[in-house]
Amino acid sequence: MSEPLKLAVPRGALFGETLDILDAAGVDTSEPRGDSRSLIFETPQMTLVTMRPSDVPTYVEAGAADVGITGKDVLLEQSDRPVYELLDLGYGRCRMVLAGRVGSDRLGDSERSLGAMRIATKYPRIAERYFESTGRQIELIEVKGSVELAPLVGLGDGIVDLVATGRTLEENELEVREEIVECTARFVANRVAHKLRAAEIDELTEKLREASRG
Amino acid sequence: MIHPIPPGTRDVLPEEMRELRRLQGALLEVFEGRGYGEVATPALEYDEVLTRGGGRGDHAAYRFFDESGELLALRSEMTVPIARLAATRYGQVEPPHRFCYIAGAYRAVSPQRGEMREFLQAGVELIGAPAAAGTVEVIDVLEAALDAAGLGSAVIGLGDADLYRDLLSELGLAEEARDSALARLAAHDLVGLEEELEAAGVAGERVQSCLTLSQLRGGPEVLEQAREHEAAAVARASERLRDVNEALGSRAGGHRVQFDFGLMRDLDYYNGAILEVYDPAVGRVLGGGGRYDGLMKRFGLDLSAAGFALDLERVQVARVEERRRGGGDR
Repeated sequence: MSEPLKLAVPRGALFGETLDILDAAGVDTSEPRGDSRSLIFETPQMTLVTMRPSDVPTYVEAGAADVGITGKDVLLEQSDRPVYELLDLGYGRCRMVLAGRVGSDRLGDSERSLGAMRIATKYPRIAERYFESTGRQIELIEVKGSVELAPLVGLGDGIVDLVATGRTLEENELEVREEIVECTARFVANRVAHKLRAAEIDELTEKLREASRG
Repeated sequence: MIHPIPPGTRDVLPEEMRELRRLQGALLEVFEGRGYGEVATPALEYDEVLTRGGGRGDHAAYRFFDESGELLALRSEMTVPIARLAATRYGQVEPPHRFCYIAGAYRAVSPQRGEMREFLQAGVELIGAPAAAGTVEVIDVLEAALDAAGLGSAVIGLGDADLYRDLLSELGLAEEARDSALARLAAHDLVGLEEELEAAGVAGERVQSCLTLSQLRGGPEVLEQAREHEAAAVARASERLRDVNEALGSRAGGHRVQFDFGLMRDLDYYNGAILEVYDPAVGRVLGGGGRYDGLMKRFGLDLSAAGFALDLERVQVARVEERRRGGGDR
């Protein structure tokens, strides 16, 4: 059991702040901060495995990473993957929202005349669950790329997407209609690692808790 | 010609089959050697029999009508069929009853997750042996089974199924709030649990106590640390676990057991001691079990009982992994 702990680190929007909080928790992050193209970094404290945020639950569930950091949006979208959610790290704050075109009532109009809104999203499960829980029907359109594009060219009446500053929405003449849930970065653990490497994981959890408060 | 089979099912070819048979043989030898007679039950049961085990959790996923319109289901585990068998065939026989099995079970899977729709389980059921002594006997058999399977590094997590049901009621949560908090606990979503408890009006320090408690796991020392949490439910659960610990202490084994105040099983027939099996070589749980004192009563035979089941394919993966890592001997 002398192998160091493997931590899944999200690249992309959460990358910088994740490295900051790891620094504060006493992990040496100088290597991943460099311009190396490697994906795996051995630090004196633990092994950092960098990946897309949406892959973090997959690696952690399988135990390929013992612990990981990713957004709550990813965890909600992949809620069928059993990973332990140990800590709200507080950064990377953004909102999952329903947005429509500024000054247009296509959402309401479709609901009244077609009985269902057509919603484009990268988060089909969150969208489905949200509308189901509010008793409304939607026609779901899953897209992979810039979802703001969809309503502009008539693919769907509105979108469900993650909004940080709201600038992208604004630039595309979209506005928030409903807020679904607020998302932040979370610290997660593999079920088996959480049991078998309890002391190390508890220690890291405490350090991250301190760091996220400071 | 390629002829596909449904996702989550598989063929076994001779080389692997020989390995699997060796593993099964070693396990059966342990079970039979301790007085557990092997039984087989039909893979198909009346749906009504299987749902008697409880509504929630791992219930049968495949149901269909037979030619006379009866609703049948493929079993999702073996404890309920064996409870049915014991109540039907052993009602007049003096307990305890000891049964073991190696059998296929069936469950729904999420697509593309590497989960098996049909999987092989090996386990035992000890019916008619009350807590502490009965629980320890089952742990004993499980330890011997893990030894026989060559899983030198496997660990048995031991917790209590009644702990949080009782504790949350004690904290004044109504049924709906309690169930949703229990669901958070079962998923081990601590952030969500904190929100649920706060929303239910539980005082801040008791929320923190509940969160810390769910992270309490380790050697027998955690049974003492649990005393810091002043609640009758925690005291009762610790008492039960201490009894098991004492009974474990009086024998040679016990080195595999880790106490865990955060353990939850998703089958709702469990009460008292529950257990899970982990191996450092595999990221998934290898098996589990516990006490199900109330289940036999649902079949009209009021006997306390306990058992465990191992997922044989995962055990096989762990075996191969431990061997790759250079032997699991300790």
